[in-house]
Amino acid sequence: MAPGTLSTFLKRGAIWGFIVLELVFFSVAGEFLSLSDKAFMDLDNMLLLFKQSAPIGIIAIGMTIIMINGNIDLSVGATFALSAIVLLDSMTWPMFGGLGDGVIPLAWGLALMTGVVLGALNGLIVWKTGVDAFIVTLGSMLGYRGLVFMYNGEQPTSHLNWTLVDLAESQFMGLHTPTWFLIAVTAVIWFVMNKTVHGRNAYAIGDNRTAAINAGIRVGPHFVINFMIIGFLASLSAVVFYSESGSVNPNDGELYELWVITAVVLGGTKLTGGAGSVLSTLGGVLAIQLLRKGLGHIGADTETVNLVIGLILIAVLFLDRQLNLKGREALKT
Amino acid sequence: MDRFSKFDLGGFLARQGILVAFALFLVGFTIANERFLAPDNVMGVIRSSAILGVMALGVTFVVISGNLDLSVGSMMSFSTIVVLDLHDKIGPTLAIPSMYAMVLCLGAFIGFLVGYLKLNSLIVTLGMLSAIHGLTLTYSGGKNMDIADKEGTWFSFFGQSDVLGIPVPILMFALLASLLGIILAKTPFGRKVYAVGGNGTAATFSGIRRARVVFTCYILSALCVATAGLLQASRSLGSQNTVGQGLELEVLAAVILGGASLLGGSGTIFKTVIGVLILGFIQNGLLLVGLQFYVQYVVTWIIIILAVWLDIAAKRGKLWSPIA
Repeated sequence: MAPGTLSTFLKRGAIWGFIVLELVFFSVAGEFLSLSDKAFMDLDNMLLLFKQSAPIGIIAIGMTIIMINGNIDLSVGATFALSAIVLLDSMTWPMFGGLGDGVIPLAWGLALMTGVVLGALNGLIVWKTGVDAFIVTLGSMLGYRGLVFMYNGEQPTSHLNWTLVDLAESQFMGLHTPTWFLIAVTAVIWFVMNKTVHGRNAYAIGDNRTAAINAGIRVGPHFVINFMIIGFLASLSAVVFYSESGSVNPNDGELYELWVITAVVLGGTKLTGGAGSVLSTLGGVLAIQLLRKGLGHIGADTETVNLVIGLILIAVLFLDRQLNLKGREALKT
Repeated sequence: MDRFSKFDLGGFLARQGILVAFALFLVGFTIANERFLAPDNVMGVIRSSAILGVMALGVTFVVISGNLDLSVGSMMSFSTIVVLDLHDKIGPTLAIPSMYAMVLCLGAFIGFLVGYLKLNSLIVTLGMLSAIHGLTLTYSGGKNMDIADKEGTWFSFFGQSDVLGIPVPILMFALLASLLGIILAKTPFGRKVYAVGGNGTAATFSGIRRARVVFTCYILSALCVATAGLLQASRSLGSQNTVGQGLELEVLAAVILGGASLLGGSGTIFKTVIGVLILGFIQNGLLLVGLQFYVQYVVTWIIIILAVWLDIAAKRGKLWSPIA
């Protein structure tokens, strides 16, 4: 075994180890503390867990590639809400009146287009003005939220299409539709990041932007493409979630950006760019959802979840730093 | 020659652009509605910006030292809830210092993590945002907090009274702004903050204890947040657990609008106050000309990006980014 492989393996696998730890802990603790008599590692429970992970998970996959690229996107929550409104509202437009269920692909297309356009706008501003992505998307987080309110005031936008609800609630091979979307998104983005030129360039840019430019990589277009992808995924998340719920408030999706970033960081992706993995992000998302469910299962107040997640995030950051320090010292000797 | 004068204009706009934009806004809104610059309206705007402003003062220190503080929103909720709860339990005279002590402990914890352990401030304060929110909910049990006897307490002094015709929140904001402005601009500590944010390595080599400076910045930020919580609690005498939710990013927007760079090393208290006032006056002006409150979000978006863009463009001497 080459030197360093073990520690790399430990770091890569850390999030999955943590998930196993959570499963064991909540199963054992549940035996003594549980309020319900159902076992924690119940199949239905786990299937529900995957389904509930989907909305945050789909966006988190997109955030991973943005952060590998060395950027950040704080506007995903607002993009999520605006796409949801476009989805639900467009199904009631008179010009689509005679289409019956044929309106569904049109509404989905429009909603997804909304996300792509908003993402492209973020990306273009980052590229052309050279303003840091944190500031650009902090601004558009406010701006896009303003557009959400302009669309329908402070009223909720509601429309239930039963065909859509049936689709969203249906199960294929045991897994719910949102779960399938999460799996598909993870697979596609994993492929893009690991097997395509765009993915390799994204890692290179995040690792050392100057070197990437000197190597002849056109940084700007890659930024725009990645922002379009995260915009698309934020919309997809909205499409999957609101097809079932059928009603969106203008405040929906607020603070999603923070939950998403928490999941991505928990998965081990570096804020400074150049490192990270889509699969570990999936682990981070599942770990958080498991924590939520588990704490409820052992009868802890749901309020403590936020406390625990926050402290775990800081602990992970600390441990990660310690591991990396060791690696650097080994390099010196 | 023509090129030179054009560039100079750009440079002037970038250096003082935020003040120029502010002046244009004031003129525009005054033409649209003569009530805009009436003394009572101006007073009202500053008064309602005071809570955000007090928080922005502390965050300015943190940002200049090259770090971020995303936890101020939930910390403000925490201080509001705690002081309201303690008010009925141990009386206002003891409740206020107890609340300050608790919030300062939280600030010290963040300062320790970012300063001494050198952890990434964005993730630490993101974690603390979540953790303190959980702490608040655990403390209050998720219920709203209210003072039992709202008429008979002097606690409402901070949020609701006037001294010499000026509302107390404005006085506290002005007092804190002057104090912190002097600390930042005129003391050795202030210069150290700029040095640490501008070039941490160089600062360390010149004998500045980076960890201690960063730690102190977070303590100052916590102090400001506690004051903001006091003002909020005293104004409403009752509160939800989520009163400060989302404020962290609005505060950051005000600080950035004032021209502080997120990379650290630049920004002043005066400019942050201008940033806070711009946000407040835009909100008020748009309402006065009959637009909905959410139009301000879109306007703020455009202004933030233009402000930072012009700033950067002036520094590199080119409007468009050189990124290929």
